[in-house]
Amino acid sequence: MSTILFIKVFLYLQLVGQGVKVTRMKSKWLILFMVFSLFLVACGGGSDEAAVEEVVDEEPAETLDAPATTAAPAEPEEDPMGICLVLDIGGLGDLSFNDLAYAGYEKAVADFGMEGTFLEPEGGGENRGELLELCAEAGNDLIIGNGFLFDASMNEVAPNYPDTNFAITDGVAEPGNVRGMLFNHAEGSFLAGVAAALKTQTNNVGFLGGVDFPLIHEFEQGFIAGVKAVNPDIEIQIGYATVAPDFGGFNDQVKGKEIALAQYEAGADIIYHAAGGTGTGMFEAAKEVSESTGSKVWGIGVDFDQYYQVGNALPELQEYILSSMVKSVDVSIYNAAKATMEGTFTGGASVDNLATGGIYLSYSGGYIDDIKDQIDSYKEKIMSGEIVPPSARP
Amino acid sequence: MKMRFRLVSVSAPIIALTISFGLSSLILLIIGKDPYETFKIMFEYGIRGKSIVSIINRSIPLYISAIAVAVGFKMGLFNIGVEGQYLMGSLVAAYIGAQFSIITPLHILFIIIVAVATSSLWAAIAGYLKVEKGIHEVISTIMLNYIGTGLIAYSLTTIFDEPNSNYDLPRTKELPETGKMPPLNKFFNIEDLQDLHGFLVIAVLVGIFYYWLVWKTTLGFDLRITGSNPIAAKFSGINPNKLVVIAMITSGGFAGLVGLGPLLSYFHRYTIDFPTGLGFAGIGVALLGRNHPFGMAVGALLFAFLQRSAQILDLNDVPKEIEQMMQAFILLIVVVFYEVIRRFIVKQQVKDASKRSDE
Repeated sequence: MSTILFIKVFLYLQLVGQGVKVTRMKSKWLILFMVFSLFLVACGGGSDEAAVEEVVDEEPAETLDAPATTAAPAEPEEDPMGICLVLDIGGLGDLSFNDLAYAGYEKAVADFGMEGTFLEPEGGGENRGELLELCAEAGNDLIIGNGFLFDASMNEVAPNYPDTNFAITDGVAEPGNVRGMLFNHAEGSFLAGVAAALKTQTNNVGFLGGVDFPLIHEFEQGFIAGVKAVNPDIEIQIGYATVAPDFGGFNDQVKGKEIALAQYEAGADIIYHAAGGTGTGMFEAAKEVSESTGSKVWGIGVDFDQYYQVGNALPELQEYILSSMVKSVDVSIYNAAKATMEGTFTGGASVDNLATGGIYLSYSGGYIDDIKDQIDSYKEKIMSGEIVPPSARP
Repeated sequence: MKMRFRLVSVSAPIIALTISFGLSSLILLIIGKDPYETFKIMFEYGIRGKSIVSIINRSIPLYISAIAVAVGFKMGLFNIGVEGQYLMGSLVAAYIGAQFSIITPLHILFIIIVAVATSSLWAAIAGYLKVEKGIHEVISTIMLNYIGTGLIAYSLTTIFDEPNSNYDLPRTKELPETGKMPPLNKFFNIEDLQDLHGFLVIAVLVGIFYYWLVWKTTLGFDLRITGSNPIAAKFSGINPNKLVVIAMITSGGFAGLVGLGPLLSYFHRYTIDFPTGLGFAGIGVALLGRNHPFGMAVGALLFAFLQRSAQILDLNDVPKEIEQMMQAFILLIVVVFYEVIRRFIVKQQVKDASKRSDE
């Protein structure tokens, strides 16, 4: 039907063109131009779709342990539970925070037969609240806001839907039906620091932060403390892609590569990143430096087990990924979905750390297997409270 | 004769709208979605009570931004810097406005004055550079946008920052109760819906003021005459340099109001979440509305409608980016059509003139 409409409009355009007595030549150009721009837009739209699908395919299952089959419903219920995930700015395909949340969401949808919806916000805070509300009105049972920026919107929307479960990652909110899912980044980063300090040949390591603001300082301070705990004489270089309020630093591979190259050239042989998608640039830099100088340098990943996550997307970078500080946002979201299914969901803040297993250092690739004992001894000291990694700058 | 021209002019946006719907339908078909269903869902969602309030709230800053751009357009001046101007104005107004408390009308008036003054000062730099140094305003305003963004980032994290517990995200102190604009819900008897921004009143006043300024004052006449024929304007005794500076300051002054709708009615402080991009969106609305106060109001409402109603699409497995494409189609086609129509009118006028001379 709309094709016919389109053709009619097209013919009309041509008629108007003639009525105006634009020369035949010009009206042809006009039409050609419009068809061409249509073609361009159509192509652009198409490839975008493909990109998103690709990323979805690449979701590594490795970040989640084999799911318990307990809650998988044998026969589909009449009204399946609904789960709605509102992503942070950057959206799907950031190979980081959002993809991680999506992995947990996808798993929950698959395992529990939930009806899933995920939304991406436009810029501007008002839209976050709108999307949460949209999810709530659609009758979803669990609504997740991915990222600390959702706190104000949660306070605003959640009280209006007391029977709906809400969850926010990296943040807390006041209403009783909101679960605040926090992570102790300093503990995991401390272990990353220990690994880097034990593995460095040059006594020089680096830290690459995405955006210079207190959340990332938790990673930075934990890492520094870990390095210093092993050997106080190791030099630590620190670099950030951007300074808040510019949050572009979480998705800027070029800048990540630039900073990492500078740090490797200044003598670092291991860099730990807490920079989201920017970190991919660091792994590229590691490959480039290793190949040009002949001596191998490393990167330590974050959030995902990047040995698999980056390794699957870009296999040539896999051998430069020493380890990863895994932050199981996916597991937290999966658990929130499970609790919703079982009717045991509770609000309030929960903190994941080394003890709960929501934060851990990955041994994928086997590059740090030889120092596992030393790492484990630090891990036990942290869990027993003997060492408390600092989470803020002094 | 005149009537016919006007009819043709008005038909342009309608035709553009129809074509862009057609093109969007085609793209929906290509990606395997039903266009009729899609538009139906959008429309049904877009006319719900909450949506209408949201649409009006969204259109307020869009409309004011369009007016800021249009003031420049009227004299052939391209103020691409509305973006930086309104962000600067909003930040300074949010900071100063939060420092004290007086009765609400005075407090809001004060915040408005601060925002307008800051933004026009920022815009005046571009005017000065054009007049004194011959730097084209497109270049200077784009550069000033970057400088403004940097200045905002710096000052928001240092002098204007209020330490807080949410990862110490950069933000200013919250406006006191007296600095918050009361919503209009009581007035329209829609208290069950979300807040209808009180800044709507100001937006309407700004529209009227813009009309009066451009069509009923000497300054407006000078602006329009310079826009349509700069050489004739110069010889009629208009000082183009002075006019550039005045136009830039006026445009910047309107820009100062853009961010105040969201600031006074929703955010009550400047945060990293503060809406950006309104300055650029305003250029599109001004083009669509042909710099006319009524046309721009329709344009702002239309874009706001598309933005809001597209929210529902993701819930129905249609990529909501289709809405951005529609906006782009509308703009592209409307620009082409205005040009086609302009030529048509010129041709007709020539024909009429020759007919008259023949008689």
